[in-house]
Parts: sequence; structure tokens; C-alpha cells
Amino acid sequence: MAKAFLQDKVAIAGIGQTSFGKGIEDSELSLGCQAISMALDECGIAPSEVDGTASFTMELNREVDIARNVGFGDVTFFSQVGYGGGAGCGTILHAAMAVATGQCRVAVAWRARKRAAKASRPWSQVPARLDDHWMWSRPFGLLRPVDEVAMLTRRYMHEYGATRDHLANVAIAFRKHANRNPNATMREKTLSREQYMEARWISEPLCLFDNCLETDGALAAVLVPAERAKDLPTKPVYVHSAAQGIPPQHQTMINYFNEDPLLGPSWAAAGQLWGGSEFKPDDVKVAQIYDAFSPLVPLSLEGYGFCGRGEGAEFTNDGALEWPNGRLPTNTAGGGMSEAYVHGFNLVLEGVRQMRGTSTSQVENADSCLVTSGEGVPTSALLLRN
Amino acid sequence: MMEAKLLLPDVEEENGAPFWAGAARDELLVQACGACGNWRFPPRPMCPHCRSVETKWERASGNAKVWGFVVPHPPLLPAYAELAPYNVIVVELDEDPTIRMVGNLLASPDGALNEIDPSTIEIGEPVRVVFQKVDDVTLPRWVRA
Repeated sequence: MAKAFLQDKVAIAGIGQTSFGKGIEDSELSLGCQAISMALDECGIAPSEVDGTASFTMELNREVDIARNVGFGDVTFFSQVGYGGGAGCGTILHAAMAVATGQCRVAVAWRARKRAAKASRPWSQVPARLDDHWMWSRPFGLLRPVDEVAMLTRRYMHEYGATRDHLANVAIAFRKHANRNPNATMREKTLSREQYMEARWISEPLCLFDNCLETDGALAAVLVPAERAKDLPTKPVYVHSAAQGIPPQHQTMINYFNEDPLLGPSWAAAGQLWGGSEFKPDDVKVAQIYDAFSPLVPLSLEGYGFCGRGEGAEFTNDGALEWPNGRLPTNTAGGGMSEAYVHGFNLVLEGVRQMRGTSTSQVENADSCLVTSGEGVPTSALLLRN
Repeated sequence: MMEAKLLLPDVEEENGAPFWAGAARDELLVQACGACGNWRFPPRPMCPHCRSVETKWERASGNAKVWGFVVPHPPLLPAYAELAPYNVIVVELDEDPTIRMVGNLLASPDGALNEIDPSTIEIGEPVRVVFQKVDDVTLPRWVRA
């Protein structure tokens, strides 16, 4: 079979990240510029060489402002990917395609966000009258992303027998990884099953620990042609395969209106992702799975083919997601639930660290890493290799 | 009145206007394709089955089943926080179970969102539509059938 066009043509050569926290004083622009600057310095590329950018449509820092601060040269490719948490891997895909096709030679992808302030949460901003798709859900009190995902979770529990114990498996595994990561927001705080079960509800059946953190911080990655990456001081991590996904009749997180709402965007992305890959799910030993909410993890495990339909909850048993002995150590830096929630971009960087061999919960002999973005919204995914 | 602070739809939004006008007359209307007749929800300009832009509106029986439900707790917008914990349900219409709508399960047609004990709500239980006026908007909600 012919090799997929994008396969291993482009490498992530540099990564950078600010500290994570609440109430960080630096502006979002400053944080974004710092992360990009660190990523360039790490791989020894001058800012004037950057000629491509990719970020989120929800990113508030415009390309022109980033470029004027960091000191880019002529930028010949700039792209933004939509749908919030679904965009992270998509920015790497867009940047990699642009580098692979010669539209640019050095691309940066980034996400900077100050989310810890309550007023910054999108759902807290109230329009006079709803004239978009939220008019069909929010008047009834289905207000927040957590409410929208809780509805799918209830149905998932009903159809497949998933329980809160399964969701606790997810939260506890990621917290254990965060406890080993000095950069994680939750590095000092352990989480027991008892604490999980006794936590306050946010939207039943989801409790506090089923939710991601709210974080200020920024992260960036630098992408260059594979040939060039070999000559840089960092160990190249190749974009082996990548995909975006919107399934038929999909309606973002209020996805109750199509034939089978539990067949989410990961199912749509998975065919393209594995179709362009020499690895199959059985070959993959480590994963970074988007975890704004814990139930997105079993749903993603099903969508990307690590188990059968309806088996994602069961998959999490017996420490399957935990380093070092689980079948698929997942979110090995703590993920959105315990490291930082920067729209899932921290998952991309942890994927890079796993492929470099520098994770604080390093999976031995891992030669590929799945990274996914938001399940439940138009999504994207990457398969990285070393 | 506290309910005026709830989020409300723009009942004149072009795709949904007939739905809200129907609700104001105590009728649950579903958009149907003017060519192939398939129902679709939420309303939109083109039929995804046959690509016709002809539309008509048909009255549903208002009989449905609970497809899923959640019970939101704070932090919530103030008007909703005052009601919390309350229920939000998704129902599937008896005529076409792929037509699903978000709503609330009430103890009576003029009841509040927080009167039903959420632990008694069951997926699959039959419900029927009722109509509640909130400010100048009529919202379809649901009671046990």
C-alpha cells in the first residue's frame, strides 16, 4: 500500500510552555510569545525563520501580534482551527500539511489562555436572546459544556452499563500521573476513590473530579521538514498520521439530534488517522486523550479502536490507563484534569515528551503515541512517532 | 419575576420562528421536508436527505419518551442557580425517535423545574408535552404521561 502523503514528512522539533496556574499576571499575549520563544530556542531556530502559524479560532492572540512580538519574518501560511478543544491536534495537522507541501518551512502552533478567571468562561456570558443553536438547549437549563456532556454520559451509562467507578478510574489514573509531574497543577494533591465518590455534583451524573481544571498558561510547538529536524539539537518527533473529524449530522456537544449520538467525532477521525498509519491501535503503548470531562476518555477509546463499542468503560479497569503497568498509560503528565487545561494543547507536548523519552511517567519502548483533541466536538487526532 | 432572567430564545430567528409560534398556540410543530417529507430538528434550510429547500411544519402528538437526563448543580447563572438542583431531560418523539428535544420534566403543567425528585426519573418513561409561558416566549416542557 502506498505510504500516506503526510507520513513522517514533518517533525515537531521544539516545544515550549509557560508555568501553569491561576491568576498569572502576564497577559495572554505575553504568555503566548513566551511559549513560542522557548520552543524556538529549544531547537535553535531563529524567530525570523518562522513563516507559518496555526492556532485555534478561539485563540485571542492574532498572528500579527504574535509575529510582531516574537519577530517573525514573512509569514506565508497562517491557519486557525475551530471548535475549541477539538482544535489542538488540528493545529499540528495544519502546520504539518503546510510544511509538507512547501507553503512554509518553519511553522509554529500554539495555544495561550487565561481561563482561570471565572468571567472568561464562555458559558458565563449571557446574550439577551439566543439566536444560535443554543436556543434549543440553554433555555431549559442545559447551560454549560459539563451539562451537555453529562447528558451523553447518562445515556452511555444506560446503554452500556458504565458506572461512576469507571469514571473514577480515569480521574484517579490522571491524578497519579500529575503527582509525578513537577509542572502539574495537581502535583501535590492525591485523589482517592473515596474522595471521588464523595465529591460535590456539578451536573449529575458528573461530579467535580469528572471535570478538567481551569488554567492560565501557554504552550507551543515548532514544526520543520523531517530532513531539517535531523540536524537540530532536539530529538525529532515525527507527525506519523493526523486527522480531523465531523460525523454526519453532528451538532457539537449538544449532539442529541443525529441517529446515534454516542458515535462521536473520534469515530469520524479514526478511519483517516489509522488509514495513514503504519501503526494500529494494538501497537500503541501510550496515549494522550482529551479529557475536559472524564467520560470523553472511554468514548475516545472506543472511537479510536482500542476496544469495541460500549467497552470503553470496562477498558479503564485494572489500572489500564495507569503508568507503568497499564495496557495504555494515558495522559501521562496528568492531562486536562490534573496537569493543566489549556484546551488540550498540553496533551500534544506530553506526546512529544513520550516520543523523546523525557516524560516524568515515561513508557518504556513506546515508539508511537496517540494524541486526541476534544471528543464531542468536531475533533482532531495525531499519531506521533520517534 | 425571576423567570425573566432565564435564557430565552429569539423567537423571530428565521429557521425556528414557526416552532416558537406553534408553541405559543400550544402546538408542538416539527419541521418537515416539503419534498420527501422527512422530519428534522433543529430546523434548518435544507433537507439532508434530498436537499430540497421546501419546508412545511407538521404537528407532533406531543407524546415522547425520556432519552436522557441530567441534574445541574452550581456554579450556574443566577436564575438557574436559584432553581438548582433541577432536571434537564432529552426526549425522543414517539413518531420518530431520532427527533429529540431538550426540555424539563415537571410535576404539573405549571410546575417548576425542580419539583420532581430526580432519582425517580427513568430513561424510557413516557411523557407528554405541556407549554409554559416565560416572559413573552412559550417553551415546550414535559409531564409524565
